[in-house]
Amino acid sequence: MPHILLRHRDIPDINQLNVYKKNGGFAAFKNAVTKMKPEEVINVVKESGLRGRGGAGFPTGMKWSFIDNKNWPHYVVANADESEPGTFKDREIMEGNPFQFLEGVAIASYAVGAKVAYIYLRGEFWEIASSLDEKIAEMEEAGYLGENLFGTDYSLRIYTHLGAGAYICGEETAMLESLEGKRGQPRVRPPFPPSVGLYGKPTIVNNVETLTNVPMILTNGADWYKSMGTADSAGVKIFSLSGRVRKPGNYELPFGTTFRELIYKYGGGVQDSRKVKAIMPAGASSSLILVDDEKVLDTPMDYASVRTLGADLGSASVIVIDDTVSMDWLINKTVHFFRHESCGKCTPCREGTYWMSHLTERIHSGHGSKADVELLLNVAKQMQGKCLCALGEFATMAVVTGIERFRNDFDKVTRV
Amino acid sequence: MSLAKKYPKEIKQILSKYPPEHKRSAVMPLLYLAQREEGYITKAAMQEIAQMLDISETEIAGIVGFYTLYHDKKEGKYRMQVCTDLPCALRGAEEFMKSLCNNLGIKIGETTEDGLITLEAVMCLAACDKAPMFQIQSSEGIKYYENMTVDRTMELVEALRKKA
Amino acid sequence: MTKQVTLTIDGKQVTVPEGMGLVDAAKMAGIDIPVFCHHPKLKPVGMCRMCLVEIGRPVRDRATGQFVMENGAPKIQFLPKLETACTNKVEEGMVVLTRSEKAKAGQRGTIEFLLTSHPLDCPICDKGGECPLQNLTMAYGPGQSRFLYDEKMHLAKQVPLGELIWLDRERCIQCARCIRFQDEIVGDSVLAFDERGRSMQIVSFSDPGFDSIFSGNTTDICPVGALTTADFRFGARPWELQAQASICTQCPVGCNITLNTRREAKAGGRIVVKRVMPRQNEEVNEIWICDKGRFAYHYTEGKQRLTRPLIRRDGKLTRASWDGATKFAAENFLQAKKDFVILASGRLSNEDLFNLKSLADHAGGKAYLYSHMAGGELTTLVGVGPGTNFGEMGKGTTIVVVASNLYEEAPIWYLRVKQAAERGATLIVMNPRETKLDRYASFVVRYAYGDEVKVVHDLGKKGRIGDAFAKAENAVILYGSEGLGIAGTAALASACAKLLNDTDHIGRPNNGLIGVWGRANDQGAWEMGFRVEEDLARALKGKAVYIVGADPVGDDPKLARALESAAFVAVQDVMETATTEIADVVLPAQAFTEREGTLTSGERRVQRFYPAVPVTGDARPDFSITAQIARHMGIILEGTSVSAVFDILAASVKSFEGLNYARLAEVKPQFPIVGRADLYYGGTTYENTQGMGAHLSAAATRGETVRIPRVPKEAAPRPKENELLAVPIVKVYDRGTTMMYSELLHERIGEASISLNPETAKKLDLTVGQRVNISFDGVNGEALVKVDETVPVGVALVPRSMGLAIRGPASAKVRLQKVK
Repeated sequence: MPHILLRHRDIPDINQLNVYKKNGGFAAFKNAVTKMKPEEVINVVKESGLRGRGGAGFPTGMKWSFIDNKNWPHYVVANADESEPGTFKDREIMEGNPFQFLEGVAIASYAVGAKVAYIYLRGEFWEIASSLDEKIAEMEEAGYLGENLFGTDYSLRIYTHLGAGAYICGEETAMLESLEGKRGQPRVRPPFPPSVGLYGKPTIVNNVETLTNVPMILTNGADWYKSMGTADSAGVKIFSLSGRVRKPGNYELPFGTTFRELIYKYGGGVQDSRKVKAIMPAGASSSLILVDDEKVLDTPMDYASVRTLGADLGSASVIVIDDTVSMDWLINKTVHFFRHESCGKCTPCREGTYWMSHLTERIHSGHGSKADVELLLNVAKQMQGKCLCALGEFATMAVVTGIERFRNDFDKVTRV
Repeated sequence: MSLAKKYPKEIKQILSKYPPEHKRSAVMPLLYLAQREEGYITKAAMQEIAQMLDISETEIAGIVGFYTLYHDKKEGKYRMQVCTDLPCALRGAEEFMKSLCNNLGIKIGETTEDGLITLEAVMCLAACDKAPMFQIQSSEGIKYYENMTVDRTMELVEALRKKA
Repeated sequence: MTKQVTLTIDGKQVTVPEGMGLVDAAKMAGIDIPVFCHHPKLKPVGMCRMCLVEIGRPVRDRATGQFVMENGAPKIQFLPKLETACTNKVEEGMVVLTRSEKAKAGQRGTIEFLLTSHPLDCPICDKGGECPLQNLTMAYGPGQSRFLYDEKMHLAKQVPLGELIWLDRERCIQCARCIRFQDEIVGDSVLAFDERGRSMQIVSFSDPGFDSIFSGNTTDICPVGALTTADFRFGARPWELQAQASICTQCPVGCNITLNTRREAKAGGRIVVKRVMPRQNEEVNEIWICDKGRFAYHYTEGKQRLTRPLIRRDGKLTRASWDGATKFAAENFLQAKKDFVILASGRLSNEDLFNLKSLADHAGGKAYLYSHMAGGELTTLVGVGPGTNFGEMGKGTTIVVVASNLYEEAPIWYLRVKQAAERGATLIVMNPRETKLDRYASFVVRYAYGDEVKVVHDLGKKGRIGDAFAKAENAVILYGSEGLGIAGTAALASACAKLLNDTDHIGRPNNGLIGVWGRANDQGAWEMGFRVEEDLARALKGKAVYIVGADPVGDDPKLARALESAAFVAVQDVMETATTEIADVVLPAQAFTEREGTLTSGERRVQRFYPAVPVTGDARPDFSITAQIARHMGIILEGTSVSAVFDILAASVKSFEGLNYARLAEVKPQFPIVGRADLYYGGTTYENTQGMGAHLSAAATRGETVRIPRVPKEAAPRPKENELLAVPIVKVYDRGTTMMYSELLHERIGEASISLNPETAKKLDLTVGQRVNISFDGVNGEALVKVDETVPVGVALVPRSMGLAIRGPASAKVRLQKVK
């Protein structure tokens, strides 16, 4: 099946404007602006069943329909902060198939009446930002961006904005703060960005992958899109496969593909032919899926099915853990990540990640007791449901599921 | 020399991205511009940006302190930032880092004697499938080096040394 | 009227205005929800997670929007997660559980998290005893910590954010109240967080550090001992302190304060003031005070206090009895007949000034107010009166600030006006140079020094700005003395009064004229009938002068010369000054901390202050000393009971009619409720239990005919080509008599300086930091050169009370000092 998102793998040089155009590029945007009302665009996206690819899986069309039409101007912000350990899909899209992404930004902007859109890239994507700037300039020159597009009164500008090293800026309100020139600390929600967003104005924040789907949906229709994937998870998804597999990388597959297919068919199996011990389906923020039974690997990767394993599919950043890895090491790793990335705004996350890091360090170094493991579990649970944003919650996922599902690993490294 | 004098075109271009009443948004790109100069952000640059955007120097300092890619101290000319986060660590990043330390003769966080390389362990860089990997941050920007070996890294270091 | 919402909190039905936050609503119902980051004066941020509660909301039918009923009551749905009460607003039918097991567990967890990083050094912490963290730990926290003490983060404990405020990084719980106070309330964003996560810490990179005149308030709202004032830190334990209500005497705002006192070993066992704290008066200062008010009280305890009456014998001041000294003064005043002159300042109370004015009237002498600013007879006519409250001004009100830099001259008015503008009031700022208030103004009018009257006149014309004034429902004008002397301020005041009168902005609440006076009770002096004199030197020459609460000799060489040739000089003051040095008789007065009395604020609010510490030496209250002198002159004035003086005053001065001490001591319920046992809510600011004061009436509010004097064409000379015009400005920290005793402030006071536009400096061949001799109007002095782009070309800003006796704008010569 040809790719829908990673089209550069099928069509060489699609990152060149003329090649992209030749392959149907910008027709969807032009059609939308000249022939469709914004609500019609929103309806197609709604009907397609497209859900946010950043991790939360919120229905995209519904989000767009929440935009407050009593308050202007509106903004669109593309979330290209891709910082979740194990996620590297947006980068490939922006490098390989940038125009489709930009067209997606443009269509979203038209749909919600935004005349300015920002692409917030993580600071490390310095080179991608420069190349996007060039692509945007080309689009302006070709009349796909700028004033009075296609002879209508619709105008649109797209700008890139570089972050500077802060995982938390992937959280949409922290991203908006950062874009406003402040420290990237999340805001209290509600209000949500579609009512109060950038500069206090209604704003739609969408992930790069989400937006890159949009031109294809408009071109081929909602039914075409819905025909792929599963009932609750329509369409295709880029699975970022990493960890102990032979062929890590991005794999664009329909929702519902099983873990086994991903790991063995596409990923070439586990390194050194070891056994899969655990899977983190949503990067470092994941719950650890216990693979004690081969059947687990046959679970289809869609939002609902993964939930039956006590985890969330999230951004589908599948990290494969084999039986050489001990969970005390793993959670020490994830906790240090979250401690480093905690913005410090709310107490449970700031203090909890700090406390947990002391405990995981002690346990991993072999100086911990069983009571320390219990305490760690308790501290993690004490954080749950109390934090200002999802980061604090994420920090506890691997800890809680690591201890509860892989108790043996901890028994081995602790004294009584 | 002041940023305004040296980069008038760049500053104008940066400011044009944001609504004039929200020019504060330009703080991050301007800080990158300032960092281009010395490899870190000087107090004078912070003052200048503060004035340019009509915000306080304290707020600027707070922003510099929040984001890890801004530096307020002079360190190595090249910051070699090796990802040792979970996915990379599952693919040998920690051993890679250890060996790099030995070859460079410095510990994580230290700078080579000639001031060329500061070695840093950083969090995920979205290149989990291409570990071991690192990025080099310098006044020229940020560049990725993926699927690296220690030998190739040391060759790169030599090349940088010659260039410097 | 705002819509009311009824909800249930912990089983109690509460009805509050729509839009209110849950924490505040609970507080109104007498239920304390524990908080750290939430403060009723700040926007909610939901950071500390202390106020976790269970919130249930009635389920609505999607089709009809009606409540779904269950067993005869609306069906309530609770979220699975706890929610922060601070970020939730009240909703009809909401059910809130603040003390359920689940809520308690959440609150306990937050305390435990906070304590993992906290040093628990309560026994040596200044906040101990009035510390929200301490109190909430006792009430809501776990009994013991599961965190290993050895793993605590150790951080710097003595970090000066500036020389006034110190930070203990270990104690900070990152609630950001201080940062938010500076950002939201003050608009001086000089504090910020640096770093992130557990490394996050408060920093200030301004120069000087923590560059804000409201910095002390952050120590009141800091919920831990992280921020302390250099003045009070390690000074006393809160539970040793007594509290007495008082009024700040530093400027015309009349902030309500509380004096905290203690018996002090270092002071030889005397009871002394340990700190000045804000006392709530939502109609005056809310719960804030400025740093000048907080730190500049030390003169009352200074070594320079006068303790005994003195009479000059053989050229030397020697001890005398009260009877002897007052008799001596009385005899000389009697002898002088019509040449008897009283020179009194607005540092005195209403009662003092009333007795002084009565004495002058009965003895046929003159009574002058020692002030650089005129126009008070107009504020008694068209000044603001009963019902006026900056706190209620917003949409529909226009506020004009002309020739005044409120931030420096009346800091709390700056806050109040800024906030009124933020609530929607139209703010018009007219000043020759940029001021901090400009940022919040709807209109900024820049004019040349000298054009004050013209710009006010122009405000009366049709046009965008003129209409914003004339058509406003309410309008207030605050006028000051920037660049003006007595003649200029007189002209400006009449221009303002005329405009207010012409546009019918007088005689109603939130309408009228306000003088931004130099001293706390200048307005009171005007009400008593004191007047200013343009040529004071001539008025004093050869006279028998009774100087009360003023130091003309120290302030102005011209006045010093005039007093040298006075027939007789009696000086009544709290402390030794250059003027007491030349006196024939010196009468020691009690400080405001030692006695009772009332002051009239610039908003014409009369407020009581109370004795907080014992009297120094033999000092007596001013009104009483005056009465004693009067008695020796055969004039009977009340000299024993200050409230009796007030009663007489109220009976004879129309604007005071109907007021008495009991009335002034009345309080009414205020929002937010502060200063009770829950220090975590409002901070350590004091609740007002001793009086909120009362407004004076004005001629206009009494319905009397108002006659405005003719308005001159111009207020003052304009700067001329090829001439340097020295113009007076006001600095918050100056070298005034009372200020210099507060050593802590010396760094901020600095030395005498002049500020020039870079262009002017270049023309004069001067650069920053050079020392010059400047001369104008017979005054000659040294000053440091400062260069500032906001200063208009051709003028030199000369701060008042900084060593250069500038009375009004004057042509000046500047000469570079030779380097020795």
